[in-house]
Amino acid sequence: MIRFRIIKRKPLPGWAKIVIPIAAILATLILSAIPILLAGGHLWKSYFYLFHGALGTRYNLLETFVKASPLLLTGLAVAFAFRAKFWNIGAEGQLLAGALTATVLGVNLGGIPPILVLPIVIIAGFLAGGFWASIPALLKTKLKVDDVVSTLLLNYVMIHIMGALLFGPLQQPGSSWPRSSAIVKAACYPILMPRSRFHMGIIISFVAMLIIWFINKKTTFGYQAKAVGFNIRAAHFGGINTTSVILWTALISGGLAGLAGVGELCALQYRLIMDISPGYGYSGIVIAMLGNLHPVGVLFSSLFFSVIIVGAQTMSRMTGVPTYIAEVIQGMALMVMLIFLLFTEFKIKVLRK
Amino acid sequence: MMAEFLDLAFISGLIGATMRMATPIIFAALGEILSERAGVLNLGIEGIMLMGAMTGFLFTYSTGSIWFGVFAAACMGMLLGLLMALLSVNLGLSQHVSGLGITLFATGLAMFIYRLHFGSPTVPPIIQPFKQVALPVLSKIPVIGPGLFTQYTLTYIAWLLVPALSILLYKTTIGLKIRTVGENPVVADTVGVNVTLTRTLCLVAGGALMGIGGAFLTLAHQNMFLIDVIGGRGWVAIAMVIFGNWNPFKATIGALIFGFLDGLQLRLQSVGLVLSFHLFLMIPYLLTIIALIGVSRRAAVPAGLLKPYRREEKGG
Repeated sequence: MIRFRIIKRKPLPGWAKIVIPIAAILATLILSAIPILLAGGHLWKSYFYLFHGALGTRYNLLETFVKASPLLLTGLAVAFAFRAKFWNIGAEGQLLAGALTATVLGVNLGGIPPILVLPIVIIAGFLAGGFWASIPALLKTKLKVDDVVSTLLLNYVMIHIMGALLFGPLQQPGSSWPRSSAIVKAACYPILMPRSRFHMGIIISFVAMLIIWFINKKTTFGYQAKAVGFNIRAAHFGGINTTSVILWTALISGGLAGLAGVGELCALQYRLIMDISPGYGYSGIVIAMLGNLHPVGVLFSSLFFSVIIVGAQTMSRMTGVPTYIAEVIQGMALMVMLIFLLFTEFKIKVLRK
Repeated sequence: MMAEFLDLAFISGLIGATMRMATPIIFAALGEILSERAGVLNLGIEGIMLMGAMTGFLFTYSTGSIWFGVFAAACMGMLLGLLMALLSVNLGLSQHVSGLGITLFATGLAMFIYRLHFGSPTVPPIIQPFKQVALPVLSKIPVIGPGLFTQYTLTYIAWLLVPALSILLYKTTIGLKIRTVGENPVVADTVGVNVTLTRTLCLVAGGALMGIGGAFLTLAHQNMFLIDVIGGRGWVAIAMVIFGNWNPFKATIGALIFGFLDGLQLRLQSVGLVLSFHLFLMIPYLLTIIALIGVSRRAAVPAGLLKPYRREEKGG
């Protein structure tokens, strides 16, 4: 009888860290053939339009960066939190908190010097997201409430707060739709490339990536957060104030997600609507895992995801495969990556008896 | 105004709505209790419910048999439960991440299959939903009778499942094995209980319950499939499991409170009292969080929860 055992293996060499995510992405793309074929799409044509739609023309390529910006921010948000084992599943709600705050300020800040408006909106959006994430962090550290559940539930609380405001005080006067008035001109992100939507928020997300990388690698706080994530008890007895580490982690994590919301509002929509986020906060979880919680990894996985999301639009138009294929591929990518990551630590041994 | 609240029809309607809105939560919470008692937190619940809702609707639409739809939803739940077991039990991956992975995957898949089958019609396709069944005699009890005992068959089944799961967990050898696997897999393994198999079976059975819970929403509560049909009810069910200290009866009480608020919100809307309906929808989630604060100090978490079990790492 042949039996399989999963046993620990020696640490893999450094190159494996780069090869494995790439292999996972390739495996995901191969697996994507199943839903494409199920949908009756022509396989090679579908793959072609998937990539052509995302990278083929100047506009589409820039559009891929537009899509990558919120995904990079929510991916960083989740990765930063998960690294300290703060299970922030609430990036969606924190994103909405950022967008909501940016709306309130963006609509009403017409009277102050235009140069000040955008910095105020961005900082407030960051703080709003951070505040929303600090609630579950406080509940976790002070009252031992499970962070997975509380962050999740707070997403729905935020959706309903937003709904109540959009049907109430924030609703555009005279409109019967749940949408706010447009934000003032000074609160809009500048467009950086003509004939495209390539906006300042993309630069912000890349800078955020570098800052997070710096915090993780070069600061005491980055080291402490890693220690808390590795073993919170050991970190505590080692003299780290774990409560404060988790709180700051939550603040930064939520803030990053809040920035994603500010970007969507101030660069693309210009007014708050109920479906301002098509689930970027949840995609951020997959992106963080796919990027192995490393900022550079998160950058590449968010780019990969935006290729899939933008490309799926073209693919759907040309081959009739529903655009939801993008979500299916995202889900598959996560599971494939998990299995691949497992084999960096463990190997399957065949036992013969 | 007050008279309208105290109206008998209103109270009876509210009781009925409470039962109805609690049903999917009860199914899902029972499924989650089964999984967690065996030591696996299944965060795939939200996705499994959505797939159940979609599968149930699709099969009822195609075959015309609503019970076949329920059966298909249960099977789909079992399949996804099996996938969860494969990832988190057999491969020993993080339960948090595998569960969320399943939710994301199943959410995408549910919408993908729905679009594949129905396209994007301007008017969503509908089915002939379950009819409410009035139990003889009981439904004639004044005030509470009509609400409590004129329900969907699935609601009655949910009611029967609560004591059934309790008996299974606390009064049978199988239940003892399940709880031992969840509390201390090393001990369970030592006395000859197959930890992997027990956890797998619990996830599969739990998945079936979650699938049916989701199907209730498209086959009884509504007659169509909408993308946000689950609307976080899976997460509420998980919260109710914690709130109920992993006990089927207590979790059901939590589900009833949620059902009451959900039902009250619907009833108030129907009598024309639009008390910002979003503020109202928020209450159950807020209350759940507050409830979690209350119980988390004395929570009787199964000790083996979240810990993958590999024989080689015994005692580790």
